[in-house]
Amino acid sequence: MTVLLAFTAAMLFGLGTWLLLQRRLTRIVVGLGLIGHGTNILLLTSGGGGGRPPVIGKSDKSEFADPLPQALALTAIVITFGVTAFLLSMAYRSWQLTHDDVVADDLEDRMISRRRRDSDVADVEAADLERQSDSAGDDE
Amino acid sequence: MRRSLILEASVRVLYPSIIVLSLFFLFAGHNQPGGGFVGGLAAAAAISLRYVAGGVRAVRRSFRLDPWTILGVGLVVSVVTALVPLLLGGAILEHGTLKLHPPLLGEVKATSALPFDIGVYLIVIGLVLMIFEAFGEDSESELERVEPPTTPAASVRSEYRPLGQHGSARLWLTPDDLSETGDAAGSDSSGGTRS
Amino acid sequence: MINSLVPLPIVVPLLAAALTIVFAKFRVVQQLIALASLASIVAVSVALLAQADDESVVIMDAGGWAAPLGVTYVVDRLSAIMLVTSSIMLLVVLVYAIGQRGSEATHPAFSPIYLVLAAGVSASFITGDMFNLFVAFEMMLAASYVLLTLGGRPDQVRSGMTYVVISLVASALFITALALLYSATGTVNMADLAERIPELSSGVRTGFSLLLILVFGIKAGLFPLFFWLPDSYPTAPGPVTAIFAGLLTKVGVYAIIRTQTLLFAPDSQQGTALLIIGGLTMLVGVLGALAQDDLKRLLSFHIIGQIGYMIFGLGLFTVAGVSAVVFYIVQTILVKTNLFLVAGLIDRHAGSSRLSRVGGLVRSAPVIAFCFAVPALSLAGLPPSSGFAGKFALISAGLDAEQWLIVSVALLVSLLTLYSMTKIWAAVFWGDPEVEPVQVEGRTGAGPSLMVAATMATVALSIAFVIFAGPIYELAERAGNDLTNPAVYIDAVLGADR
Repeated sequence: MTVLLAFTAAMLFGLGTWLLLQRRLTRIVVGLGLIGHGTNILLLTSGGGGGRPPVIGKSDKSEFADPLPQALALTAIVITFGVTAFLLSMAYRSWQLTHDDVVADDLEDRMISRRRRDSDVADVEAADLERQSDSAGDDE
Repeated sequence: MRRSLILEASVRVLYPSIIVLSLFFLFAGHNQPGGGFVGGLAAAAAISLRYVAGGVRAVRRSFRLDPWTILGVGLVVSVVTALVPLLLGGAILEHGTLKLHPPLLGEVKATSALPFDIGVYLIVIGLVLMIFEAFGEDSESELERVEPPTTPAASVRSEYRPLGQHGSARLWLTPDDLSETGDAAGSDSSGGTRS
Repeated sequence: MINSLVPLPIVVPLLAAALTIVFAKFRVVQQLIALASLASIVAVSVALLAQADDESVVIMDAGGWAAPLGVTYVVDRLSAIMLVTSSIMLLVVLVYAIGQRGSEATHPAFSPIYLVLAAGVSASFITGDMFNLFVAFEMMLAASYVLLTLGGRPDQVRSGMTYVVISLVASALFITALALLYSATGTVNMADLAERIPELSSGVRTGFSLLLILVFGIKAGLFPLFFWLPDSYPTAPGPVTAIFAGLLTKVGVYAIIRTQTLLFAPDSQQGTALLIIGGLTMLVGVLGALAQDDLKRLLSFHIIGQIGYMIFGLGLFTVAGVSAVVFYIVQTILVKTNLFLVAGLIDRHAGSSRLSRVGGLVRSAPVIAFCFAVPALSLAGLPPSSGFAGKFALISAGLDAEQWLIVSVALLVSLLTLYSMTKIWAAVFWGDPEVEPVQVEGRTGAGPSLMVAATMATVALSIAFVIFAGPIYELAERAGNDLTNPAVYIDAVLGADR
């Protein structure tokens, strides 16, 4: 049973990582979800095998399942749930802004690398980029 | 919006029963399966059913209070419950029980875990209401107003362009933008009639 | 017992956050609640520091369940020092944010989320339980996601995405590490872990140690996990960047220090690895900073450089090294917050934070120039600034440990930092702007008085830090002694009569 669960966790981690490396937000969100499930399964297996409900008086103490990993997993699930909801809303916002959910490159990085690469062309381009970044990035 | 009669009628029956179930979870939580979070989730399920059946307006009708207020009050209740034992000289989050013998009901056990759970219950409900408040309406009005994507997905393959460079980045909807496009459309149509 | 102060730095901001949510429609009430709660936390932290310095470890068990069964809140000297520093910074930055009108700081959600962030930061410092540390981190990070993207602007959404995804990956790794730790040892209480980890085989131990460095290294911005930091921090509103730069990465460093000193007996291999990471982090940070044109990004790269110094001190694993780190962290938090607050003022005054665009501020806003000069000298480590004291402590610890290579790297980086600061000074304060600055109407002088006052307060604090460098260093030394001798902590949490 534990081997099966470990295998499942490994699969979830692998798939999640692959999806995470994509450039589309929806895939990233799904990938993070999968990784989250993988970690939760790992957390559950960390308490050892299954057992009776750990309620004193209901069954023998030696047969109890370890309740702590379950509590930890529950907490982790709640947190993952909350953050995933936030990510989805960001993906939605990104779609509102650009009609696209591709994560774009960083503007500054590109400006700096362009400035280094080719000074003549880059000056024009950098000025161009700069204008756009300012129009996008004025906070007041 | 298209309405489904069967759904609406069944939600009318289901909604109160799920709420009662969620309250049962809430009160049973201190020593049985259940608790504030689970109860809150059950109530959230009921609310989402109502949303599916009647849209965000139906949700608003059933909860007159601001979702913010529900969330805030819930958090206040929980944190104060955590703090009270500290004021009484105990450790934080320490709990106590009180056994009551009201007539007819027999022995009733009130634990200090209950107010904490009530707080959590309110937080979950407030959160769900906030989500519907924030996103629920969009699907009915705003999405239809927004034009379909101008850039086909294939051309976005040159996706390493920074965000600011996307032509459609201007579609970020601020109130100003909306009024601008409205004006532009208006003047266009007026120009059309003149010619 | 007077130990009831221990959970207050977590609970009071949470309660205040709840109240500010209820009063979402009354901005002034919100601000008053936030200010009052953070001010009271400063007082509580100072009291805790005094108590922790007296008794060396102060403890409270949540729910009255003793460790290792329950969640324990532990304040030792390091936690108390970090608490005092962080609460003061949180208060100062809040004042600055209130002064900055017309920005995201006036959003009704700002105060509650900021307070949740404060609670999360305090919780990370106070908790004595690994899983609780995870929860505290998530509390802090979830709040930081929202603060970062509160404006909903395209650049914020883009950089926020990077930040959130990276943080989530780190969190997933954290849970993985916790699951493995729990299945290996059967506990998540830090003191209990410290007792049981030495029983594991050395390979497993090293694995855990590296996994935890990886997890916290992402949050702290260690080489090679720093790339998200200069991308995401500068897009946030000014005060938010200041608090992120000042505190969030340092919480990661705190977690590294706590786990590495408490859980894993220092051995030379691990120390060497940390020294290499530290050296590379320093170099990358400062070289990255040299290439930047945007002031906030430049300063963000310097954050990375300074994290490198901290890891270098920790990697020495000597009492002097660890004490120097504690001392240096406090100094960095002060200076870094200060610099970002000044960057916000420059941005507001000149309408841009780009080095090529602004200029001549020494004439048009001498107050800003003064507020910048003090922390800039500090960052570069020139005497008699506070940075000199910090770097001197670190480097003399390195010399004592005879780590010549890393010491020379640290000195070189310090020199490059000085160059970078003079570059900013020459571009922003002297000379004329290459491009005519955008004149924003109604903005003359240094800025709104509250913003300037908050910035001046950080300047005053960093000057006070130099004046009281002696006593503070002694305190840091006592904290370093505790850290290198974890038995004190373990005995206090689990009880000496096990």
